[in-house]
This record gives sequence, C-alpha cells and structure tokens, in this order.
Amino acid sequence: MAALLELDHVAKAFGTVVVADELSYTLAAGEILGVVGPNGAGKTSMLNLITGSLQPDRGRILLDGRDITAMPVHARARAGIGRTHQVPHPFGGMTVFENVLIGASFAGQRTGADPRTATVAALERTGLLAHANTPAGALTLLDRKRLELARALASGPRLLLLDEIAGGLAEHEVQALIEIIRALRGEGLGIVWIEHIVQALVSVVDRLMATNYGRKLAEGAPKTVMASPEVQSVYLGQGIRA
Amino acid sequence: MSTTSATAVPPFRVESATPASRAAAVVGLLLLAVLATAPAWGGSGFMKLLIEFFTLLALAQMWNLLAGYAGLVSIGQQAFVGLGAYGLFVGTDRLGLHPLLAIPVLAAVIALIALATSLFAFRLHGGYFAIGTWVIAEVFRILVSGAKEVGAGNGVTIQGAAFLGPQGRLALTYWLALGVGFGSVILVAWIMRSRLGLALRALRDSEAGAESLGIDVFRTKLAVYLIASVGCAVAGAIIYLSLLRIQPNAAFSVDWTARMIFIVIIGGLGRIEGPIVGALVFIGLRETLADFGSLYLVILGVVAIGLTLLAPRGLWGLFVARFPMVSFGAQPRLVMGAQTPGGAGPPPGTTPTEVA
Ligand SMILES: Nc1ncnc2c1ncn2[C@@H]1O[C@H](COP(=O)(O)OP(=O)(O)OP(=O)(O)O)[C@@H](O)[C@H]1O
Ligand SMILES: [Mg+2]
Repeated sequence: MAALLELDHVAKAFGTVVVADELSYTLAAGEILGVVGPNGAGKTSMLNLITGSLQPDRGRILLDGRDITAMPVHARARAGIGRTHQVPHPFGGMTVFENVLIGASFAGQRTGADPRTATVAALERTGLLAHANTPAGALTLLDRKRLELARALASGPRLLLLDEIAGGLAEHEVQALIEIIRALRGEGLGIVWIEHIVQALVSVVDRLMATNYGRKLAEGAPKTVMASPEVQSVYLGQGIRA
Repeated sequence: MSTTSATAVPPFRVESATPASRAAAVVGLLLLAVLATAPAWGGSGFMKLLIEFFTLLALAQMWNLLAGYAGLVSIGQQAFVGLGAYGLFVGTDRLGLHPLLAIPVLAAVIALIALATSLFAFRLHGGYFAIGTWVIAEVFRILVSGAKEVGAGNGVTIQGAAFLGPQGRLALTYWLALGVGFGSVILVAWIMRSRLGLALRALRDSEAGAESLGIDVFRTKLAVYLIASVGCAVAGAIIYLSLLRIQPNAAFSVDWTARMIFIVIIGGLGRIEGPIVGALVFIGLRETLADFGSLYLVILGVVAIGLTLLAPRGLWGLFVARFPMVSFGAQPRLVMGAQTPGGAGPPPGTTPTEVA
C-alpha cells in the first residue's frame, strides 16, 4: 500500500535561499511526523509545497501514491489535505461559525458529512463553541490559531499539516492540544506538526525530522534526533529546549 | 479512511433570517405588488423614471457583485449593455422575435460571449483586469461601429417592438424593468445565501485561506463574471427597449459603468442595500439638478468624492453603523440548544440558550 504522503526529491529555492533541498520522506496514515528547525529553515515552505501554494523546482509530491504535484491548492484541499497557517488567515468579516463552515462545505465535501454538524463538532473540539457568532476579525491571536485548526478539522482531512499552533499556549492548553492530536491520530489521520516547543512534540510524535536550509539533518525516533550531533550544533545557542 | 468524529454533537440550529430581513422581504413584495399595477394608474413620465431607476439598480447590483463581492473591478461592463442593446435589435428586428423571447435568447448568447471574453480578462489581475475589461468593451464598440448589418457608426432603431403600440411597449418595458430591478436584488440575496456567496465572502477576506479550504477561486470569480455580464446585458436590452435608438458610441459608452460605480460607491460597496440607496440618490440628484446643465456632472463628482472621503462604506454603511439592527445581512447565527419552532420539541427542562 502506498504511503499517505510522499515527498520525492523535492527541491525549491527562492533565488539563493534554499527552502527544500532534495527533500524525501513518507508519512503513513495514523502517524505523526514532528518537524523542527531554526527560523528560516524552510518548514513553512515545506507545508506550502505539500498544499500546492508553492510549486517545487524539481521533485514530486504524492498522496496515496498519486502524483499531486500539478494539482491546484483547492483540489488538494478537497482531496483531504488540511492545514493550519503559521500566520492565521481568518475570514475577518465572517463569524467563527461561518469560517469553520467553509472548511466543512468545500474541502469537506468529499466526506459526505453534513457541513453544519461537522462545523459544530470542530468548534466543540477546539473549544471555540462559545465564540461561534463572534466575527473572526475580533478574535485574539490564540483564538485565531484555534480557528485555523477548527477549519481544517471541519473539512475532515486525511492529512493534517500543523504549523506552530502551540506557540503562546499555556501549559494546560498545550496538553489539551496534544490530546486532540493524539485522538486524531487514533482516527487514522496522518499529521505533520511543525513546532518550536520541542518538549510538546517529543511527547507525542512517532517520528521527528530536523531540517535546516531545506535539508533534512536527521530523522527518526525523537530522542535520537534531538541528541544527534547535527541537530545539537544547529541548536547550540538557539535557546531551543530539547 | 476516517474523518473527524461528528457523532456526539450537541443539539443546535442555525438562524439565518433576521427580523429586519423578514420585514424587508415583506415590504419589498408589497412594493412590487403595488408598483406592478402602475401601468393602470401611473403617467408615462412616472413609469419612464421608474424604468430608469430599476434598470440602473440592476446594473449597479451587477457591478457590486463583481467589485464589491468578487473583487473584480471592471470598467468595461458597458460591453454587455451594448451587446444587450444590439442583441435585442437582432432578436426583434432581424429574427422577428417577440421582445419577451428575444431577451432570454440574447442572454444565452451573451453568456457564451462573456465566457470567451473571460479567457482574456481573467489572465489579468487588479488594475490590469480593469483596463482589460475596458479594452474588451472598446473592441466591441469598434466591431459594431464597422458592421453595416447593424447600421455601422450610425446605429439602428428598433422597430420590431412597434406592434405593441406605444402604450403596450411602455407597459411591457416597465414590467421588464421592474422584474430586472427586483430580480437583481433577489438574485444577489439568493447568491449570498448560497455556497457561491459563502465562497465569495471568504475569498474577499483571504484568498489564501479560501483556497486552502477547498474553494476554487478561479471558478468562483468566473461564475460572478458570467452572472454580472448576463445581468448587464438583460438590463441593457430593457433600457434600449425603452430608448429604441441604438448608437454604438452611446451603447458601448463607459458612462454606463461610471454610473454603476457612482451608484455603488455612494450607496455602499459590497452590500446589497448599497445599490438601492445609491440608485435612489443618483436619480434624485439627476431630477433636482436637471436645470443645471453640465454643472450637474460637477456636483455628482463632488458628491462622490466627498462621500468616499467622509463615508468610505457609503451612505448605507454610514446608516448601518448608527443602526446596526437594521442590517439585512445574511449572516447565519449558530444557536445551541434544542429545537423550538417547527422541529422536534425540546427535551423537557431545556430552553434554547443563545451563545454569545
Ligand atoms: N514567497 C517567498 N519568496 C521569497 N522568499 C521566501 C518566500 N517564502 C519564504 N521565503 C524565505 O524562505 C526561507 C524559509 O522560510 P520559511 O517560512 O519556510 O521558514 P520556516 O522554517 O517556516 O521559519 P519559521 O520558523 O520562522 O516559521 C526564509 O528565508 C524566507 O524568507
Ligand atoms: Mg514557518
């Protein structure tokens, strides 16, 4: 059986800035891949390459063994790729309910679920139910990040790409988030989770990948990766908690 | 394959109509019923004024749909007004169709033409899109000005509606204008409550966010472009069923789009009420300033500039800021708790609770 997600020698550079350097890996359904790397390592760019908002210079991206490299962003979302943005993109003039309803109505079409029910479920799961009728533009940054997650969840994704959603959360909130992510894995989602809070990542991911300059430094068991000399040298003096 | 579990969802309902929107619908239908009888009691001057008002309202609603909802700032909608005018002429005078039949036929043909022009216009973005639409309109004007079959530069006069008699034609034109005016408002209201409307409002706020949630930005905008083009063509046909004399320089004049923009901007961009308020103001100003000659245009310009500076969201935006409860917006509200009206009765001891 083909992997849920496969990157096959994906390369991308902005002029001299390399954001993906012959990057290859696979992710299975029901698996969580954690991604760490210093600022500017190309982590967000990697998600953009998977969702299609960036086109690679070379290489292929496969979903269920099917080459999706040429597929536009909205088609990939409809195929089951959900993502949260590091910098939230709320629909500011719409309510939180409507924001989430969009995910359920468009990308979520594939699931056949009732969009409104899926919306309420996603709002409840992310703790946003109390804000359902608030204009999204009036949310705090943290709630906007929650909204990113709720919208992605409402679309019933099979592959979920999370970009720094734990930053700024209080300890108990991070724990609640980890519980949600665990449960999603239990439901069979494949998850790529970028996070600077390494502690949180290490506690839940199945595999960890460290990147810099778009290149994979190390990949494998979280503890092994964090202890590897390449990762240690990159993080030395960066103040990243290992 | 699994999706997020949506099994144990608490009871909820979604309310999309507000008291104001229900009241507006009732008042609107009553007004339509009263106005529909005007050929029995109204003078021809009154009816001609209303024909102008309702066709301008329809044009402005279409431009608002394009620019206010889809972010497609077109300065070339006169292309479709002109095509609608000539389409009516070809339908009634060349093909011998009744105007009531000619209009749906021209609408279908012009939808195909709009699909073709979109191939060009949609390669362009922002300011280039605006210029591109204007270029398209100019191309049509030049083509028609050279076509002897439709009178070339001199234009043509529609005679295929003469069989209706002056009174009959006026009444028919009036009813068509009423239909296209009310129809445009109902169409936009319906679109905004549909999936298309949801997509439009989303991509107005964030195209990147909309795409990543599965919205096809290109097709959404294309749908709006086609609807607005056909809407302008139908309104254009009705305008020229009233005017009869078609000249390419007038029918394809950028003045049409200038009027649409003026009406939408002073009324309120991106709001269904905007074009209604704007068209009332436009007609009102035109009627009161008719004696001022070209000074009238200067006053229109000053009003437009003043309003964009003082009330960037238009007169309706200004009004709603004062009286928010009057907004007819279609924003649905999620209400948690058991069903009350209609559906299964509430479980004992629970009352629907509103979520703040
Ligand atoms: N569209 C773009 N055009 C040009 N350069 C870009 C573009 N997007 C990203 N970059 C550059 O690519 C590099 C990688 O950016 P990216 O956002 O992928 O890093 P990141 O690993 O997510 O960093 P952070 O931890 O700060 O979020 C940065 O130097 C960034 O400035
Ligand atoms: Mg990033």
